[in-house]
Amino acid sequence: MIGWAHHLIIAPILVPLVVAALLLFFDERQRVAKAMISLASTLILVAVSLALLRIESGPNDFDGVYLLGNWAAPFGIVLVLDALSALMLLLTALLSVAALVFSLARWHAVGAHFHTMFQLLLVGLNGAFLTGDLFNLFVFFEVMLAASYGLLLHGSGPLRVKAGMHYIAVNLAAALLFLIGVSLIYGTAGTLNMADLAARIPDIEPDRRMLMEAGAGVLGIAFLIKAGMWPLCFWLPTAYSAASAPVAGIFAIMSKLGIYVILRLTMLLFGDGPSAGFGSDVLLYGGIATIIFGTIGVLASQALGRLAGFSVLVSSGTLLMVLGINDGAISSGALLYLVSSTLTISAFFMLIELVERGQDAGAIVLAVTMEAYGDADEDEPEEGDGVTMPGTMAILGICFAACGILLSGLPPLSGFIAKFAMLSAMMGTGAIGVPPTAAVWVLVSLVILSGIAALISMTRAGIRTFWSSLEGTVPRVLVIEIVPVMFLLFLTLALTVQAGPAMQYMDTTIRSLSNPRIYIDAVRNAASVPDYDGVASAGTGSR
Amino acid sequence: MELVLSTAIGVMTGCGVWLILRPRTYQVIVGLSLLSYAVNLFIFGVGGVKTNVPPILVDGVPTSVLADPVPQALVLTAIVIGFATTALFLVVLLASRGLTGTDHVDGRNEPK
Repeated sequence: MIGWAHHLIIAPILVPLVVAALLLFFDERQRVAKAMISLASTLILVAVSLALLRIESGPNDFDGVYLLGNWAAPFGIVLVLDALSALMLLLTALLSVAALVFSLARWHAVGAHFHTMFQLLLVGLNGAFLTGDLFNLFVFFEVMLAASYGLLLHGSGPLRVKAGMHYIAVNLAAALLFLIGVSLIYGTAGTLNMADLAARIPDIEPDRRMLMEAGAGVLGIAFLIKAGMWPLCFWLPTAYSAASAPVAGIFAIMSKLGIYVILRLTMLLFGDGPSAGFGSDVLLYGGIATIIFGTIGVLASQALGRLAGFSVLVSSGTLLMVLGINDGAISSGALLYLVSSTLTISAFFMLIELVERGQDAGAIVLAVTMEAYGDADEDEPEEGDGVTMPGTMAILGICFAACGILLSGLPPLSGFIAKFAMLSAMMGTGAIGVPPTAAVWVLVSLVILSGIAALISMTRAGIRTFWSSLEGTVPRVLVIEIVPVMFLLFLTLALTVQAGPAMQYMDTTIRSLSNPRIYIDAVRNAASVPDYDGVASAGTGSR
Repeated sequence: MELVLSTAIGVMTGCGVWLILRPRTYQVIVGLSLLSYAVNLFIFGVGGVKTNVPPILVDGVPTSVLADPVPQALVLTAIVIGFATTALFLVVLLASRGLTGTDHVDGRNEPK
């Protein structure tokens, strides 16, 4: 199917890329113009990803494969839109709108080129979600990381520079592991196209298979560093809590990118055949360790920023554990959990900045913590102009309570539904009447305990923040700062109300992922566009 | 040839790993550079070690004697990206040096 819809697939990469370049031509003083262009770009992305989601889940025979440069796979690079990537694109677009609107109040003005880097981050994220080629994935990863280095340092200050340095060093090392993994896979399988790779893996002879699996393992470590699996996660809470609020809000999707790639590649490459189930033990036990580490971190956190950072780890750990189990029904619950927890954590990061604004940072953070993590005398941005929110503390309190409910997985919001979907699938893996095994009980109790820990920690932080009579003044919160937080929380509410259709979509997604044949055939059979004079282009000949 | 190449990769990786575990930012960045050289050579090596053969298809010449062009293209991309990120890391390193007055990776000197 060739038409406008087909070219829409590349729009999530092209739009922010063009806008990022365009924004460089504007002087830093033309803040309003820059902000409007940037905002328009993110709104276009929301519209495009909504359209792509509709087209993808529509009944027609849309194959979702876009051949870059009109070279047939596996010779050229392909972009592949399927249910999973469409979902991730939409999630990214929604988060980017919220984070960008939040930043317009003050944060976008504290340093140079905020909007350009923000758009480039979106290029990297969207590209990584869409690409069907391993090396192209590396390139988009690096685009995203390069932009994230700049964004993490946005606002400057010793704390950010220190966290940024660790973050960059860790990610540069991870990029090298990525390259080693990719080249090992190329050396053994002779291709980098994911679909072609999946088709070739069953035919690799045993003596080379070990080398290929070693390559896949090294590659997996690079993604697990991004996803924050214990023991590769110590950089994450520090980096995320040091980042400025809107940046941390969009960073919430970055750890999910690691999860996405692992989900995509394990389902595609190691779904069946002689290497089936490769690495699932690592994911399962690593995920369990990550949940335990994240839970302890959540309980131990004094500062709200670190609490949110460790919540990212708990969320990653839960998802990795479920990927390790690799069971259809549990996985679709986990996808819902992925969406819900990303929205929650993003909203929480932005809310924290608003809540802490009215308080003396030193009163909340223990002196020990302060000393251990550097001085907090960073340059806070000037107060922005705009409409102040009335009833500030009440609204902040309600949002905080909603975040707490979502993080701990209590009814009625989507955190509960997602966890319920996962847990009921776990309990029901045996036949009816057969009690779940001890292993299942361990997993179930881990998920529940991590929720209780989040509840305890959030209650403690909430009491200290909202009920204590600290000398803090009521923070001055602008409407455009609280609205993005409320928007994200409203999305979780919508996810709750529409849980049926959402769950159905996740089920379809997991079903299509667990049948990699569909993906492989779609990519391999994608036809090049004939030239305008009707002659097929040079790239199609050998297919 | 293979022995020389793999020894070179091994030595550089060893030095690189040792250096990135050092507490000074300068040592870390030299370590990362060494590691990226090692990785670049490694990528080059996965295409098969051949000398004096072009990666260009010629009619009548079997492909087995030609060099594989894909790793060469990959290594070129990897070099560019590695160079750019290393340069960026240097800037952050200088900023950290300016803000903390020390080049320790944690921004403070170890207790004497």
